[in-house]
Amino acid sequence: MSALKSIAAAASLFGQTPGDPEPAAHVEAGTGPSRRSVLVGGGSLVVGFSLFGNQALAQEGGQNGGGEGTGAAAHPEEKAPALPGSLKTNPQLDSWIRIDADGAITVFTGKAELGQGIKTALSQLAAEELGVEFKAIRLVTASTGVTPNEGYTAGSHSMQDSGTAIMNAAAQVREILIGMAGTKLNLPAEQLKAENAAIVAPDGRKLGYGEIVAGQRFNTQAQPTSKLRDPLNFTIIGQEIPRVDIPGKVTGGVAYVQDLRLPGMVHARVVRPPSYGAQLTAIDTSAVEKLPGVLKIVRDGSFLAVVTAKEFQAVTAMRALQVAAEWQERPSLPNQSTYYKTFRSLPSDYRLILDSHAPTAPAAKTVSATFHRPHQSHGSIGPSCAVAHFTGGKMTVWTHTQGVYPLRKALTELLALPDEQVQCIHTEGSGCYGHNGADDVAADAALIARAFPDKPVRVQWMREDEHGWEPYGSAMITELSGSLDAGGKIVDFQFEVWSNTHNGRPGPAGNLLAAQYLEKPFTPAPPTPIPQPEGGGDRNSIPLYHIPNAKVVEHFVKTMPLRVSAMRGLGAYMNIFSIESFMDEMAVAAGADPVEFRLRHMEDARARDVISKAAEEFGWSSWKASAPGRGRGFAFARYKNLGAYCAIAAEVEVERETGAVRPVRFVAATDSGQVVNPNGIRNQVEGAIVQSSSWTLFEQVTYDNTRISSRTWSTYPILRFPALPDTVEVHIIDRPGLPFLGTGECGQGPTSAALANAVANAVGVRVRDLPLTPNRVKTAIGV
Amino acid sequence: MITLNVNGRDHQVDSDPTTPLLYVLRDELQMNAAKFGCGLGQCGSCTVMVDGQAIFSCVTPITALQGRKIKTVEGLGTIDRPGPMQRAFMEEQAAQCGYCIPGMMMRAQALLETNHNPSEADIRDHMRTNLCRCGTQMRILAAVRRAAGYMREAKGTGQEQGTKS
Ligand code: FES
Ligand code: FES
Repeated sequence: MSALKSIAAAASLFGQTPGDPEPAAHVEAGTGPSRRSVLVGGGSLVVGFSLFGNQALAQEGGQNGGGEGTGAAAHPEEKAPALPGSLKTNPQLDSWIRIDADGAITVFTGKAELGQGIKTALSQLAAEELGVEFKAIRLVTASTGVTPNEGYTAGSHSMQDSGTAIMNAAAQVREILIGMAGTKLNLPAEQLKAENAAIVAPDGRKLGYGEIVAGQRFNTQAQPTSKLRDPLNFTIIGQEIPRVDIPGKVTGGVAYVQDLRLPGMVHARVVRPPSYGAQLTAIDTSAVEKLPGVLKIVRDGSFLAVVTAKEFQAVTAMRALQVAAEWQERPSLPNQSTYYKTFRSLPSDYRLILDSHAPTAPAAKTVSATFHRPHQSHGSIGPSCAVAHFTGGKMTVWTHTQGVYPLRKALTELLALPDEQVQCIHTEGSGCYGHNGADDVAADAALIARAFPDKPVRVQWMREDEHGWEPYGSAMITELSGSLDAGGKIVDFQFEVWSNTHNGRPGPAGNLLAAQYLEKPFTPAPPTPIPQPEGGGDRNSIPLYHIPNAKVVEHFVKTMPLRVSAMRGLGAYMNIFSIESFMDEMAVAAGADPVEFRLRHMEDARARDVISKAAEEFGWSSWKASAPGRGRGFAFARYKNLGAYCAIAAEVEVERETGAVRPVRFVAATDSGQVVNPNGIRNQVEGAIVQSSSWTLFEQVTYDNTRISSRTWSTYPILRFPALPDTVEVHIIDRPGLPFLGTGECGQGPTSAALANAVANAVGVRVRDLPLTPNRVKTAIGV
Repeated sequence: MITLNVNGRDHQVDSDPTTPLLYVLRDELQMNAAKFGCGLGQCGSCTVMVDGQAIFSCVTPITALQGRKIKTVEGLGTIDRPGPMQRAFMEEQAAQCGYCIPGMMMRAQALLETNHNPSEADIRDHMRTNLCRCGTQMRILAAVRRAAGYMREAKGTGQEQGTKS
C-alpha cells in the first residue's frame, strides 16, 4: 500500500487523506522537511552499525535497472561496489530501513510497483530478516528525495537490486539491534535472539525494537556481508503471502494515479498532432474558450492542451480543439509493405557481439532462416496519467513512471528548475510492460501545471494517444545460419540482428514527447545501445547452448522512423523467438527430438533442469496429437543469459482452412533462484505467457506514409478470452539461498517460439514472420 | 438535474446529460472502481451493471439512465466485507496491475446473477468484450468459477449473495 501511502502523505499537504484503508502514513513522502529532520524531530531513529556476517548474496548481472535509460539519474553511481544489490549505489542503511521509537518499521525501495507484486515480495524479505511479522513492515516505494535512487524499475531487476539490498540491510539491522540489546542487557550477542520485533534473552527478558533504538541515532554504511537467515528456517520468504494491493483494487479503493483526487484539482487533455512531427500552423480557440468548464488553453509551439473544471469537459474541449487546429503534416513514415527492406538499408552501426572459435568435426548440413518482427505496442489498458501541481516555484508530479529520479532529471531540464524544486512520487498506474506513455504524460502534466499554477492538474491520455504516441517495441530482423556435423551436433552458428534502440527513456528532456513540440523544442538524445551482458537489441542474441563456433552481430539502426523504446524483454523477445524457432529447424535437420536436441547442446545444469521439468510435466515423451491440426512445441531461454531460466512447452490447435492458431495448453518451468513468493512468480509467468501469446499471434502497429493507423483496439487487436489456452501451468524450481534472478520478463521469448514450433509441428510448415496471423499460417500451408 | 440510482442510493447529478456515466461516477460521485480504458466500448474496463446487464459506462450517457439501477464494484461489498465476487478475486490473486479487474468483476457479476452454473465456454464467451493486458485472464476465469461456486452455495443455504442494489 505504499504508493497509496505516498499519495496519502502527499495529499495530507492539501489537508486530505484519500481512502487508504491503512493508518495514516508518515508525512515524509512528499513533504518539505527532509526525512532526517523528521526523524530527529520525531524522536525516532535510523539504525546503522557495523557487523560481520558470514554469508552474502553475490549478485550477477549488469547495471541497476537492466542498463536502460541514460545519465547519472538512470544509473546511480556505485559508491560501494563490494556491497550486495542496490546497497552498492545507496550504501547508507538508513536509506533503506527506519525504526521509530514506537517500534514502527518503514522500509524504503527505489523500485516501483508495476503490478508485478514487488511491494509484497520486498516486504516479505524485510520481515523475514528483521524477525517481525509480515504486517509490521510499511514499505515506501519510489519517490524522489524520500527513497533511494535505484534507476529504473526495469529489466527484471527489482528483486536482484532492491530485494537483495533490503534483505541484506534488514539482516544487518537485526544484528545491530541484537548488539545494542546485548549492551543494554549486559549479555553477549550470541545469547540473544530476534523474535517478533523484539530481542529476547535466554532468561526471558525482552526488548522491543522501538525501545532499543529510542533516543539514539546511527549513521552507518552497510557491510559487504550479512548474517542472513538459513533458508531452511524461513517462515515468510517462500510463502504465498497474498498481495497487499489486491484488496483495495477489487473494492474500489484509491489504487492508481488515475484515482487521485486532490483538493482543487482540475483536468486537462492534450491535443496531440495527427502525426509525427506535425506543426500546429493555426488555431482559432475563441469558440472553445467559451465551452463549459474551460479554464485555460495552453499553447507552446505545437504543444496544445486544455484545462477544465471537470474531466469530460476536457474531453469535449479537446475534441473541439482537434477540429479547430490546422496542422502541417509531412509524410515521414516508410511504406509499411516494404518496411523490412527499408529498415535493412538504413545506416547502422556494426556491433560484433560474439566471435568464438573451436575445432570441430566437419559440417555435414547447413540450415538458414530469416525472421521478422513488426513494431509492437505496450498497449496499457489504462491510458497513461499524471497529476502535477506547481506552486511556490515547486513542481510535484504523481506519476507511474518506471524511474522517478530519471524522470525528475528530465523534468528539471524541461522546466529549467533545480532538482530540489521538482519531486516525482511514484503512484501506480495501469501495467506498463516497459516504457509506455508514463513519462510523457508526466511531462504534459508538468507543462500544463506550470502554465496553470497553484492547482493540481490531472492529465490522462486518450486511447488514441496511447496507441499512437507511445514508444513502441522496435521492429527487428534476424538472420540465422547453423551447421551440423554428421552426428547432429551444432558446429557453427551465425546470427545477425537488425534493430533500433530499445532505450529511448528520459534522462534527457528531449526524450519526453511534449518537449519535442514546444516553441523551443528539445531534441531527443541520439540512440545508444545497451551494452552486453544485458544488451538491448542484442539481448539474448547469444545462445546459451554449447556451440563451438559462433558469431553474433547486431546492426544497430540509428534512424527511427517510428518512436521506439523499451518493451518487456527488449530484443530478447525476438531473438529468442528466432533462435528457439531455429533450434527446432536444426533439430529437424538433425532428425532429433527438439527437447533432446536442446539437452544435447546444453551444459548449464539449471537450464537442463527447467528443460527436463517442462518436458516431463507436459508429458513430452508420450505426447500424441489427439486430433488433426494439433501440434506441440518447445522453447527455452535464460533471460539475458544471466536472469531467470524458463522453458515452455505448448500445445496448439491450427484450423487448416483458416490458418487460425489457438493455444491449447502451456506448461512452463522456471528457476528464478531463491523463491520469495511462489504465487507472485506464477502470476508473472502466467501473465508473460498470455501476453506473449497475444504479441505472437495478433499484434502489429500499422501506419501509412504519414500517420499511425493502429490507434484503437479495433485496429490493434489483442488476445481476447476465447483465444486463451485451456490451461497454463507454471512449475517453479526453488533454489534456496541462491541469488534472486528476477522473473518479470523470462516468459516472453520462450512463449513465442514454443507457439511457432507447435504450429510447425501441427501443420508441417514454419512461419518466421510475427505475428503468426491466420493469413500467414494459411499462406504457408498453401490452402 | 438527473437522478442516478447507484448501488441503491439516489444521486442528483447536474452534469451535462450527454456526459457518459463513467465520468459522472468518477468525477462527480468520486467512485474509483470503474476505469477509463478506451472510451470507445472496446476494452470493458469501464464496465458496470444497469438493471442487471453489463454495459460500457464510457459510452452510455447519463440521460439514458434515469430511473434505472446502476451497480458498480463498490456495490459488491467493501474491503472489510467483500462480496463473493470480490472474495473470489482476492483468493485467486486474480490481478497483476488490476486496472482491468473492476470491469471484469462487473461483467462476470452480470453473468452469474442470471446463471449460477455457467459452462467454461459460457464464461469465456461472455467475457470476450473485456481486455486484460497483463495476461491475468487464466486467474480471472478461475475467480469467476470460484465466485459462481460461492453464489451457488449461498443460494443453496438461502443466503444473500453479495450486496443487492
Ligand atoms: S473504457 Fe469503456 S469500453 Fe473501454
Ligand atoms: S491486470 Fe493489468 S490489465 Fe488486467
